[in-house]
Amino acid sequence: MVARVKQKRIAELVSKGRRLDGRDITDYREVKLEMGVVERAEGSARVRLGKTEVMVGIKIELGEPYPDVPKQGVLTVNTELVPLASPTFEPGPPDENAIEIARVVDRGIRESKAIALEKLCAVPEKKVFIVFVDVYVLNHDGNLIDASALAALAALLNTKMRKYEVKDDEVEMKSGYTQLPVVNHPIAVTLAKINDKLVVDPSLEEEQIMDARLTITTGKDGKVCAVQKGGYGYFTKEQILEAATIAKEKAEELRKLVVNE
Amino acid sequence: MKLEVGVLGNADGSAYIQQGKNKILAAVYGPQEVHPRHLTMPDRALIRCRYHMAPFSVDERKRPAPSRREIELSKVVRGALEPSIFAEYYPRTSIDIFTEVLQADGGTRCASITTASLALADAGIPMRDLVVACAAGKIDGQLVLDMNDLEDKMGEADMPVALMPNYDAITLLQMDGQLTSKDFEKVLNLALDGCKQLYTLQKEALKSKYVVVKEEVKE
Repeated sequence: MVARVKQKRIAELVSKGRRLDGRDITDYREVKLEMGVVERAEGSARVRLGKTEVMVGIKIELGEPYPDVPKQGVLTVNTELVPLASPTFEPGPPDENAIEIARVVDRGIRESKAIALEKLCAVPEKKVFIVFVDVYVLNHDGNLIDASALAALAALLNTKMRKYEVKDDEVEMKSGYTQLPVVNHPIAVTLAKINDKLVVDPSLEEEQIMDARLTITTGKDGKVCAVQKGGYGYFTKEQILEAATIAKEKAEELRKLVVNE
Repeated sequence: MKLEVGVLGNADGSAYIQQGKNKILAAVYGPQEVHPRHLTMPDRALIRCRYHMAPFSVDERKRPAPSRREIELSKVVRGALEPSIFAEYYPRTSIDIFTEVLQADGGTRCASITTASLALADAGIPMRDLVVACAAGKIDGQLVLDMNDLEDKMGEADMPVALMPNYDAITLLQMDGQLTSKDFEKVLNLALDGCKQLYTLQKEALKSKYVVVKEEVKE
C-alpha cells in the first residue's frame, strides 16, 4: 500500500510531467544487463531496471513437435515470481500475475518470429528442439513485464545449442556449439496511466496507484507484434496511439543496449 | 447472432450469446458476502472473474482444469469489466462473474465480455456503462472484423478490444501478430466500429427482457 500523501504527491508530479525519483515521464530507470550468468544454462541473462531484478535461463531439450506444426521447434515461456523477490509473492504454482507476464513475453517472442523455429527441427514429426525460457523474478520494484522481456531476449541472443547429427532418425549430440537462430528482437515497453498521463517504466509505487497499464511490444522493423492492456482502468484511443508512438521510440533505445552486447 | 438476458434461474444476473458458432453463458452472483473472508476489502467490492471453456467446446477435448490461457483471460476480462462497475457502492462484498464457453469459434473473450456485461446489468449492479467487445485483425493483407477460429489461426494479426461506448473508454486491448503503426491504428478503429455496432444489439437485448416483463404484467 502507498500512503495517501505519497499517492497524491506522485499524481501531482506526474501531471506536471515529473516523477518522484526525478525521472522524466518517458524515461526508463537505469538498465543494467549481464549475459551468460549461469554456465549450466544454454543461455542466460540478468536485467536490472532500477531495483527490479530479473534473471532468465534458457534450456534446450529434444522433444516432440506440436502435431499442427510438425517441422518446427517449440517455444515455452514460464515465469516464477520467487517468494524471495517480494513480501507479496507466495510459494506455489504460478498465479495469474506470473502467467500474464509469461504469456506477454511469449507473445512478443512468438509473434515477432524472433526464434527461427523452423531451424530447430531434427527429425520432422518426431524430434524437435524445445526452447524453455524460464523467467525468474529476483526483486520486484515494478514493471516486471519489460524487465522479463528484455532479459528473455538477452538470454536468447546468448544461447548456444549443442551440435548434433541425425542418423536413422536418431539424434546424436556432438561436441561444439552453434548459436540459437534469433532473427528478430522484440522489445516490450510498458506505460502506466496515472492522472490521465502516460508514464514509461512504472515503479512499484506507481504501479500501485496507476489506473491501468499498456504493454506494447515492437520488433526491429518497427512493427507492433504484441499488445496487452492490464490493470482495472481504461484508455482512450488517443492515449493508445500516443503510447504506440512512445513505445516504438523507447524500444529502439532499449534494443541498442541488448543487441550491441 | 442472438443475445438473451436472464436465462438462468439461480444467478442474480445472467445472459447468453450465440455469435456464429460461439455459444457462451455468463452469470453474476453478488454483491454477496466474501469467501474466503480475508479477501474482503473495506472500501469496495471485490470483483472476481472466471473465464472457462467447456471440455466439449472445441474439436479436441479440452481438459476441464483451467489452462494458462484461461487464467490470463479471466484476468483481462476482469480488467475489461471492472472500470464499468461502481465497486465502491458495495464495500465488504464480492461480485462474482462467471463465463462458460459452451462452444468456441474464435473471439470468445470478446463475446464473453459483451455477455458478462449484460449479466451484470441483469443483476442490477450499478454501472457507468455497458462494456462491449469485438476483435479486428488482418488476413492476407485485408483488414477484417470479428474473425472466426479458422480465420484467427490463418490471420496475420488479431486485436480484441473492449469499449465503454458512452465514455469512449477502451477497457481491453490485446494484440498478437504483426502490424505496422498505420495498420495498428486502422485495425483499432475497425474494432471500435465493431464495438459500436454490437452495442446497439446489446442494448436491445437488455431492453427486450423488460418488454417481455411489461407484456406479462398487462396480461
